[in-house]
Amino acid sequence: MSALRSYLDHAATTPVLPHVVDAMAEQMRAVGNASSLHGSGRAARRVVEESRETIAAALGVRPSEVVFTSGGTEADNLAVKGLYWARRAADRRRRRVLVSAIEHHAVLDTADWLAETQGAEVELLPVDPVGRVDLAALHDRVGCDPASVALVSVMWANNEVGTVQPVAEVAQVARAHDIPLHSDAVQALGQLPLDLSAPGLDAVTVTGHKIGGPIGVGALVVGRDVDLVPVLHGGGQERNVRSGTLDTPAIAGFALAVDVAVAEQPTRAARVAGLRDELIRTGSALVPDAVLNGDPDLDLAHRLPGIAHFSFSGCDGDSLLMLLDAQGIECSTGSACSAGVAQPSHVLQAMGADLERARGSLRFSLGHTSTPADVDALVAAIGPVVERARAAGLVNAARHD
Amino acid sequence: MRVLAAMSGGVDSAVAAARAVDAGHDVVGVHLALSSNPATRRSGARGCCTAEDARDARRAADLLDIPFYVWDLAERFRADVVDDFVAEYAAGRTPNPCLRCNERVKFAALLDRALALGFDAVATGHYALLVDGPTGRELHRAVDPAKDQSYVLGVLDARQLAHALFPLGDTVKDAVRAEAEVRGLAVARKPDSHDICFVADGDTASFLRRRLGAAPGEVVDDSGRVVGRHDGAYGFTVGQRRGLHLATPAADGRPRYVLDVAPSTGRVTVGPRERLAVRHLSARAPRWCGPAPHDRLRCLAQVRAHGEPVPGTARVAGDRLDVELDEPLLGIAPGQAVVLYDGTQVLGSATIDATSRTDELAGTRP
Repeated sequence: MSALRSYLDHAATTPVLPHVVDAMAEQMRAVGNASSLHGSGRAARRVVEESRETIAAALGVRPSEVVFTSGGTEADNLAVKGLYWARRAADRRRRRVLVSAIEHHAVLDTADWLAETQGAEVELLPVDPVGRVDLAALHDRVGCDPASVALVSVMWANNEVGTVQPVAEVAQVARAHDIPLHSDAVQALGQLPLDLSAPGLDAVTVTGHKIGGPIGVGALVVGRDVDLVPVLHGGGQERNVRSGTLDTPAIAGFALAVDVAVAEQPTRAARVAGLRDELIRTGSALVPDAVLNGDPDLDLAHRLPGIAHFSFSGCDGDSLLMLLDAQGIECSTGSACSAGVAQPSHVLQAMGADLERARGSLRFSLGHTSTPADVDALVAAIGPVVERARAAGLVNAARHD
Repeated sequence: MRVLAAMSGGVDSAVAAARAVDAGHDVVGVHLALSSNPATRRSGARGCCTAEDARDARRAADLLDIPFYVWDLAERFRADVVDDFVAEYAAGRTPNPCLRCNERVKFAALLDRALALGFDAVATGHYALLVDGPTGRELHRAVDPAKDQSYVLGVLDARQLAHALFPLGDTVKDAVRAEAEVRGLAVARKPDSHDICFVADGDTASFLRRRLGAAPGEVVDDSGRVVGRHDGAYGFTVGQRRGLHLATPAADGRPRYVLDVAPSTGRVTVGPRERLAVRHLSARAPRWCGPAPHDRLRCLAQVRAHGEPVPGTARVAGDRLDVELDEPLLGIAPGQAVVLYDGTQVLGSATIDATSRTDELAGTRP
């Protein structure tokens, strides 16, 4: 394995900032449960609350609206299940869960579970060919019977192809009918300016490890007047909405990372977008038939700055990934399941891509530590790699008669 | 060499990969996901190659410090092995899916992809020996007769063998387990896999019934008298004695065996054991591990994975192979492979489609 790695998978997770590591190490040396009433407990609680205030200030919300979780998946589960249960308990008619077809599995599979076991009816909101949710469809689905809608969930920006969603417009529709809206902003935080004050936006998922914080901590930013049924029961922490001993070191690290991510968002986004544009420009020139997935408008309003997502016709994503990995270039084929089998992306399929295009796709995602050398390494490798993967794809296709 | 090690998650393929690393090869581990059971929007759970198997393979690769990937060959496996298995039974034949998997998946789909991606060879944990002889690479029986898997590799041709690596052929199974233990591989004591990997509960008859549906028919004796009924001829194999559920006992009170399965009429014929004796078999589509032999050859014929080899004379004519056995073999079903050996060397194989008790081939089925 090559010693020099070009890490182009920041959307999976991005390096932890050095001062976050230091702050966490310091907190890990201290004893104290933030729920304890003595001095050590108070010290831990102080760190948690200061962190909560830091995050709230950075996101423009109230501290009490920040509910710490173990990460994005838990926050998505809490939002979708918690809103559904609370809304259903208040009015039995509210059984419809409207989610975009390109949500992360943390939302999609949660919604499916509600349908399979909790009496929900899940409706997938379609997206256009660039992966942007269809607002007209949302209008129709909500408008036809608003009283039966439990919640709407539309992500802020898609994690695979990077398409930014019209969250403010979605919020308007939801608000017009007093329907709660959840948005998974895991990929958007630190990449785009986030305005969480949009009326109608009731719950937003954020996580630490996509922004230079640690893995295993996140938050659901949820309005104080939003009724949520807890997923985890126990000690009653976090407004009784999320029980469990607060992870003081992780929360401290998370807060520092959110602070930096929001403060440096404009400069980081500009720098990362510059690298991404170079990757797209030279990559497309070297592999002319590569298809750039997502919004062709590379502006921040349309597309996450760090994501370049391509389909390479006739190639198998697994082959591409392995060949690049062998040269020290690390990227992703899409959402992987626990067994490590890359499934054809539901996002690309929702965008109208056929199975071949979905299977032959790669996501390159840049982040705060990316350098021009990372892009150069990929550009130097991509032509021969695609050629070889295509040959392998042809071999198998030929046998498949 | 750049070697792709197929890692099932079992002890054999883990030690095979380890030996390939020790031999100085540049090794990449690949676990084949061969079964897809789609659930909700994600097809995650894998029937035969469970998540646990994938994890075991991954942990073995970690220990060997080699890259590791999971490749989804479920579609190929379904089309080339599982569907073929079902279709063969539906046609009244008895296929060997392991052999088919080696022929069409491991040393075809996987090998071809590996070669195209720049690998030189595919290594597996099969127990067989590769020997470089005067006319090229030879496939031989493993030194451990209890584990020898040369039979299910008898479908490989010279090109496939040229790119194969079987690092375990010179070792007995117990020694492989001991070696895994010494190497610290967690799979050292993992039980051997048995039966057909895609029939998870081992109940082939139920598996076939689910796939083919009920097809009731008659069980007749060799005089044509109806002696029982069944709900699917595909549930029977020539030579089978158990599970016949015959209503009418044999006149002489002796046990009866399946002599013939005719799916077109749904008729299963049973009779006494001696009628299972086969002296002659006729097979189609021979595949040779090396140069195709001329005309006639003396050889040993083996018709089951762990069956006894029997001396005989093989005659090759185009796409046909006829074998005259020096002594009779019992209960050979159409669909089984006959693998020919010269001593320990595998010469080739073909799929049996007709058998005869005498010198004359009667009742040839296409």
